[in-house]
Amino acid sequence: MTVFIIRRLLQAALVVLLMSLIVFFGVNVIGDPIDMLINPEADQAEIERAIKALGLDRPIGEQYLFFLKGVATGDFGRSFIFGEPALKLILHHMPATVELALTALILAILIGIPLGLFAGLYPDHPVSRAIMAGSILGFSLPTFWVGLMMIILFAVVLGWLPATGRGDTAVFLGIKSSAFTRDGLSHLAMPALNLALLKISLVIRLTRAGAREAMHQDYIKFARAKGLRTRRVIGVHLLKNIMIPVVTVLGLEFGNLLAFSVVTESIFAWPGMGKLLIESLLQLDRPVVVAYLMIIVVVFVIINLAVDILYSILDPRVRLREQGT
Amino acid sequence: MSKFKQTLGILAATALLGGPAMAEELTIGLASEPTSMDPHFHNLGPNNAMSRHIFDRLILQDERQQLIPGLATEWYPIDDLTWEFKLRQGVTYHDGSPFNADDIVCSFNRAPDVPNSPSSFGIYTKGKTVVRIDDFTIHIKTPRPYPLMANDVSTIVIVSSDSGCDATTAAFNDGSAAIGTGPFKFVSYSPGDSIVVERNDDYWGEAPIWSKVTFKPLKSGPTRLAALLAGDVDIIEGVPTTDITMLAKNAEVSLSQGVSNRVIYLHLDHDRADSPFVKANGGGAIDNPLRKLEVRQAISMAINRDAIVDQVMEGVAIKAGQLLPDGFFGVSDKLAPVGYDPEGAKALLAQAGVGDGFELTIHGPNDRYINDAKIAEAIGQMLTRIGIKTQVETMPRSIYFKRASRGGPDDTPEFSFILVGWGAGSGEASSPLKSLIHTYDREAGFGASNRGRYSVAAVDALIEEALATVDDEERAALLAQATEMAINDVAIIPLHYQVNTWAAKKGLKYIARTDEYTLAIGVIKE
Repeated sequence: MTVFIIRRLLQAALVVLLMSLIVFFGVNVIGDPIDMLINPEADQAEIERAIKALGLDRPIGEQYLFFLKGVATGDFGRSFIFGEPALKLILHHMPATVELALTALILAILIGIPLGLFAGLYPDHPVSRAIMAGSILGFSLPTFWVGLMMIILFAVVLGWLPATGRGDTAVFLGIKSSAFTRDGLSHLAMPALNLALLKISLVIRLTRAGAREAMHQDYIKFARAKGLRTRRVIGVHLLKNIMIPVVTVLGLEFGNLLAFSVVTESIFAWPGMGKLLIESLLQLDRPVVVAYLMIIVVVFVIINLAVDILYSILDPRVRLREQGT
Repeated sequence: MSKFKQTLGILAATALLGGPAMAEELTIGLASEPTSMDPHFHNLGPNNAMSRHIFDRLILQDERQQLIPGLATEWYPIDDLTWEFKLRQGVTYHDGSPFNADDIVCSFNRAPDVPNSPSSFGIYTKGKTVVRIDDFTIHIKTPRPYPLMANDVSTIVIVSSDSGCDATTAAFNDGSAAIGTGPFKFVSYSPGDSIVVERNDDYWGEAPIWSKVTFKPLKSGPTRLAALLAGDVDIIEGVPTTDITMLAKNAEVSLSQGVSNRVIYLHLDHDRADSPFVKANGGGAIDNPLRKLEVRQAISMAINRDAIVDQVMEGVAIKAGQLLPDGFFGVSDKLAPVGYDPEGAKALLAQAGVGDGFELTIHGPNDRYINDAKIAEAIGQMLTRIGIKTQVETMPRSIYFKRASRGGPDDTPEFSFILVGWGAGSGEASSPLKSLIHTYDREAGFGASNRGRYSVAAVDALIEEALATVDDEERAALLAQATEMAINDVAIIPLHYQVNTWAAKKGLKYIARTDEYTLAIGVIKE
């Protein structure tokens, strides 16, 4: 298992390096942010000074080597726009995104699994049909549209929830989060639900399919024949067995929630990493974009690894090994 | 019992209405976010607007960009090369330390010289030497007579020589150095989320009515509007033009509008004989017709400015005939917007020998100015109607401005015919004249945004003479004269002046500013 993990990490390092190369040169081809950052009144000398100050006067290859040298010492460069270290900016925006993604994940589990289970156990019940129809909507409606509709309904028309931003934060068990205050929760509710919608639908479908299949398996029949109560049959034997695909998919989806909740964060002006990424991209803030994507690659690798390990715990038949070895 | 309940109700109501803390807090939704709390880090609109809250300048600009006393009470030239500034006495910083001439000297040293600055204040401090005469008098010397001294000085933020001048940008961002003399004190700064300031009760000027102000960056237009309608924020800037009609009918919202210092105009290639985006009919080479005055006049006459203002801009713009709207220093009273005359335009094209027209591409940004891409499309259609078959190509500003300024060989402008805007930061006519109209001159720093490479010696001479004339009246006349010469020669084609819209909840009103800043002191109760 140790060899497996080490090999995985080496692969990850290679991916990170390749990705940084592509992004670094890619953003450079588009242009540089000077013309957006500089005061229009600036004269030629000032424009040249600014290009120099951001290190953009040197050949791109040299800039890349300089960047790699910095990364080796943990320095991902400074944001062109904010003048702050890129890593510091990203870490500053991270808690808000983690909080949003975790809430969305919890919502997906708490809502998706019971509904999916119900739809799987009673497939012909009218409520089940309604759940399945709802999950199709959850899949097919675009996130930004649902987000805007939620804002119009709950914030503008009904006035129940605030439309934008993150609320007050509080510290609980050493974690600073807006999920611990009333104001924070009211800000969190809409974006989290918006982000969770797709995942809820996914979990419903996975759980339902798993439940329908498992119902006809021998071990369920045996458990019933043994005279176990329905609650125990479903709650322990069935649920445990249909969790494997759900865990795998949710693990990967959590990575997605963390990295690319761009649309939701933009609509609700949620001060997270996704919003930082899209704004940095629009303004060609190359250091932030490169650092962000490098971090995300690492996060994905770690999540994949965790899923693999979790998988082997849930299903003892699975052994961690490289294919072909 | 019922009487008791009534009294209780009234008490509760008065508590709610009269509670000073509740009534005096203000939340502002910003369309663009300041990039730092360091007032010298980034010389750009959003940062300069934000620094107006915490810091002061020697001279301030009012809502029409007229100069008013700030930390200086009076200023005047004492000879051709020296200006004297008398400083305000008895002013203290937020930490209680006193303000004096040392702060001016070190602020002028720091402003052009902040590490990693993406746009510095060096363009305003260049060539100026600040000399401390006594605690409350300074002299600023220049090697040549310099009439724009007060305008330049009004851009430089004054920080404390104790806590500000040696501080890093990071120290301003975490608040430890964000100590000014301004109407508000720094409370917190969280990039992407919020900036909070509170009232400075010891402010030397009129104390603000707001005890606490929160700025929230809400870059997406619909999100900003939703935040106002939902009551998350009290006032927003940059109201999308498509929503203005709807908001005007909404009794819960009060709109404020004002013309800005920004002109939207077309720049044409005056320089190259073979211009890359001008072609003969069918795509062959053609001797650049944009260099002929008649053709430029024809293009200007073919544009229906009323239609652009009414239909594309939904009435929220003012058609333009020169570089700055009426009322600004140095504008001409002899210039009016060119009238729409497609027949006259065709006749001029024939006169210039291109009666059959030619092919042209207009380039423009699609995310920089209000409705920029739609304006470019409208112009493409209008020109096609008089026989100039015009293609329209718009792109994000991150790509556009680099190509428009230096995308061609040897860092020359890449395009032939472009849509751009210019906001006169100094609030007077020399700003567009020296940057857009004057010959491109790297050494002298003129014509940095002259993307059409317009170059006429007589106009240059007038601009340079104006920039060396200290007498206000004479200078205004020279600037107006230079503007007239350039506009009559169709150096650029002005389209319209942008009008900015702010929306506030009922009971509040914003005093619209020409510099497009959103300041908490400009939000008043009706």
